[in-house]
Amino acid sequence: MNANLTTLAYLPTIVSFILALKFLSSPKHARLGNQLGAVGMALAIAVTLAQKHFYGIGYAIIAAGAIIGSTVGWVGARKVKMTAMPQMVALFNGVGGGAVALVALVEFHEKAGAPGRIILNESVAIIISALIGSISFAGSMIAFGKLQGLVGDRPIVWRGQRVGNILILLIGVTAGAIILGGHSYQLISLLLIEIAAALAFGVLFVLPIGGADMPVVISLLNACTGISASAAGFELRQDVLIVSGMLVGSSGSLLTLMMCRAMNRSLRNVIFGAFGQIQAAGPGGASNEGLTVRATTPEDVAIMLAYAHKVIIVPGYGLAVAQAQHDVRQLADLLTSRGVNVEYAIHPVAGRMPGHMNVLLAEANVPYTQLKEMDEINPEFSQTDVSLVIGANDVVNPAARSDPSSPIYGMPILDVDKSKAVVVLKRSMNPGFAGIENHLFYEPETSMLFGDAKDSIVKLIAAVKAV
Amino acid sequence: MSGNTAVFLAELTVLILAIFLGIEVISKVPTLLHTPLMSGTNAIHGIVIVGAILITGANLHSTLAQVVGFFAVVLASANVVGGFAVTDRMLEMFKGR
Repeated sequence: MNANLTTLAYLPTIVSFILALKFLSSPKHARLGNQLGAVGMALAIAVTLAQKHFYGIGYAIIAAGAIIGSTVGWVGARKVKMTAMPQMVALFNGVGGGAVALVALVEFHEKAGAPGRIILNESVAIIISALIGSISFAGSMIAFGKLQGLVGDRPIVWRGQRVGNILILLIGVTAGAIILGGHSYQLISLLLIEIAAALAFGVLFVLPIGGADMPVVISLLNACTGISASAAGFELRQDVLIVSGMLVGSSGSLLTLMMCRAMNRSLRNVIFGAFGQIQAAGPGGASNEGLTVRATTPEDVAIMLAYAHKVIIVPGYGLAVAQAQHDVRQLADLLTSRGVNVEYAIHPVAGRMPGHMNVLLAEANVPYTQLKEMDEINPEFSQTDVSLVIGANDVVNPAARSDPSSPIYGMPILDVDKSKAVVVLKRSMNPGFAGIENHLFYEPETSMLFGDAKDSIVKLIAAVKAV
Repeated sequence: MSGNTAVFLAELTVLILAIFLGIEVISKVPTLLHTPLMSGTNAIHGIVIVGAILITGANLHSTLAQVVGFFAVVLASANVVGGFAVTDRMLEMFKGR
């Protein structure tokens, strides 16, 4: 296929990707959009295979790689539990970044030895894609490890961390910059140093970030992989890569900022804040000594719920961990049939990814109309009889409103403390992922129902039926 | 060199347009669909598979290109297939409403 024809053949792919993103604006067409994107991708692969005439061995290697990769991707995607989706996205993002870095490595190795060597804009592209792709790969793997529980979920911090990280990144950037110095500097060893430094930086920059901030990190790394793929387009002179990569790069960057805004924090604060560590290091906030919590029983809660006019359910990560979404829906249906008005309050950063709760509750067929976003539901808490907090913690912590020394001060929260009664379903009194004490638990109107969320809800359902 | 410059400028133009387009198309996405959006864009950057195929197939006389290229194809195809499949699974749950 000649070059112009190839470029033309890639156009439908680009259009399909744009439509895929556009269709995601409404739940109605979102799935169709994604399928359209997949078709576009298949087309791009077909065009690529036809673009150049490869020899048999080339096709064989490509086929073997594609079969192995596709099988792993497919099995992983189909088998993973809904609750493990965030780490799956991190993993697939990471392998994409890794592929970009490998492509850059090969491109450099092959061209650096050739007579004409590498022209400037191509070597810039190689250096950028190797750097960002490697950071994205290593960072995503750590994010995956943290969410999967393989790496400590708490922020890991040490002295001189920030300076150390910047130095490592500088080594990588410098090694890359030397390559640009001229043809005689186009050494594979320099590129390898750059990649090694970028991998180390990727690991080190995600390690100090706590589990609660992983959604933002994954979104950021997703945008990074997009940008690196776009840079790979410049080194390979393929417009389809430039456009598709950058679509992801820019939309991913916007999404990252939108997520930070939902938490009322800057991106800088998320990345360098070492959330949770602040509190552990200093005295931080008022002491809880002398305060007691009130533990309750499913039977007591069942009576409160059954005779309430209005109940708001506040789901959090604990709901996801316990896989309790179906039971929650059953409880809500039961209450609705008794004439109780039941709604769900969805905090934008509840769970481990934006919209995490929406996905889980959608899986349990909870009607959209019952899912209320924060700004919409907050005025309603004062007319609510019972707020049922299921495995949520930081998003309902009143310290965000009242305690300037708290690390989450200023984050918009769900005002559950304004409702007449609050019932918190929680495993134990351990602080949440951000490691911050929550005074809500000690308030007089709050009672705690300890135990696994799923067990507690199953007991609640039985108790409500018995009322 | 001037031929290269012209191509590069065209590429740069396309890049800048893509930046604005990416921002524009997702600015209206509801919070509800943020997770599938992240996952969907994740699948799209799997387009690097085009690059992985090209470097593997085009450098037939280099063992390094073939070995590293093989791994690049493995990673990129896991990104593509896994990315689209996970997104589809999430969106499947939104159907019918």
